Amino acid sequence: MNIEDKVIEIITREQHLEDGVVKPDSTFAELGIDSLDGVNILFALEQEFKIDIPDSIAQNMRSVSQVVDALTRVIEGRDVSDLVAMAKADSSAPSS
Amino acid sequence: MPGVRRVVITGIGVFASPGKETDTFFCNLLSARSAIRRIQQWDPSNLSVQIAAEVPDYTPTDFFPLKRLDLLDRFTQFGLLAAREAVKSSGIEISDEERTRFGVVMGTGMGGAGTFDDTYYNLYAKNETRLHPFTIPKVMHNAVTSQICMEYGAQGPALAVCTACSSAGHAIGEAFHLIKFGMADIMLAGGSDAPITYGMIRSWESVRVLASGNGDPSRACRPFSADREGMVLGEGAAILVLEEWERARRRGAKVYAELAGYGLSSDAGHITQPSVTGPARAIRMALDEAGANPEDVDYINAHGTGTRLNDAVETQVIKEVFKDHARRVAISSTKSMHGHVMGATGAVELAATVMAIERGMIPPTANYTRPDPECDLDYVPNEARQQEVNVAVSNSFAFGGLNAVLLVRRFG
Repeated sequence: MNIEDKVIEIITREQHLEDGVVKPDSTFAELGIDSLDGVNILFALEQEFKIDIPDSIAQNMRSVSQVVDALTRVIEGRDVSDLVAMAKADSSAPSS
Repeated sequence: MPGVRRVVITGIGVFASPGKETDTFFCNLLSARSAIRRIQQWDPSNLSVQIAAEVPDYTPTDFFPLKRLDLLDRFTQFGLLAAREAVKSSGIEISDEERTRFGVVMGTGMGGAGTFDDTYYNLYAKNETRLHPFTIPKVMHNAVTSQICMEYGAQGPALAVCTACSSAGHAIGEAFHLIKFGMADIMLAGGSDAPITYGMIRSWESVRVLASGNGDPSRACRPFSADREGMVLGEGAAILVLEEWERARRRGAKVYAELAGYGLSSDAGHITQPSVTGPARAIRMALDEAGANPEDVDYINAHGTGTRLNDAVETQVIKEVFKDHARRVAISSTKSMHGHVMGATGAVELAATVMAIERGMIPPTANYTRPDPECDLDYVPNEARQQEVNVAVSNSFAFGGLNAVLLVRRFG
């Protein structure tokens, strides 16, 4: 199973959605995923792939494709600095 | 008294071990039927105390969708379920304009104890480095207050009260005053707790106040009885709908009783041993607020934990406040049946007290065997008593010496 399929499977499971609802081009807004849901999905992905997704990029995930992109780069050990820069520009993080 | 806002109880919801709604709960109390049994949620075999008053046959998915359930600890689930019955029984409808005058105060002693237990097991026993991101929103003691506010769109005053075994008593008292003093018109107030976890029972075992009673769990809790051996932990929730009288009158609401007095005090003495003077002051304060005399009180729902010390001291407290009337007033501890529901217990017991007024039936102290010279009052032993109740008091005396007393009165 490739990363995209796994991401879709995990989002479907964690959001308790029907199969087929989550698509590669779905946005979190379309799926009704709020900031806390997003944190939960990242937690499930970290558990699944045994990786750490840095907070600096985790807060900027807004779509399935962004998650797949970030995850692929983290898994492959590639540069994520542009994602970090994007996250810094967009400061809408979960608040207490 | 012109200008004084009166507060009436117009709805009751109970989700506890003797019943998952108020009628069943109260009928089982009247039958002196104890809900205490061997712990079912997990295997208690290696504990010396293997009993509790659990909510029986409880399946969360019968009540909540999976997505919602992800964020609800067991104590919050119980609170929501009690709130649903309370709101339904009141027939109340809240307009959009009233939402900021509609609030929630809930007491809890242990909050999300089950979620904490699971989380720390993952952390310390399984050496997990990542913990579930819903841990904090589930364990926080205000989770139940917030979830009830969200379910009903309550945007007015809202609080979580954490005073151990007095939590719900204080919660209801504070909500009462929020209405009485004009800060709200409708409040959902009560308590919820779900402390039947492995870590919690182990911790309570160490205090040496729990009855073991493993041979016959239903007889384990024997408040005021000479052979009492201690308390039994329980779980559940109860909530009352408190409403400003004029609002209740305008909509033709059924009024269960008036909440007329609230007393609170601190022993400032010992962290676990109760005093006589602290609780006595709380009872007097409740009587004063209600404008009631000690001899007006027909029924006292005692704190009555079933420990050697509490029941003897509470008896002294009642004698101190009620003098000669102490020998005439009916006193019972329903903890003999629903266990000590910790931060919910004051609400569960006030629900029983209000139902006693409503039905003219006083629930008994179950499992009473023989008198103790230190507990020599009328504890309504083993059989419910048919008796008109006009004024009743519900006592909650917490570890930490924080006392809450509520006085309810037949209305009209």
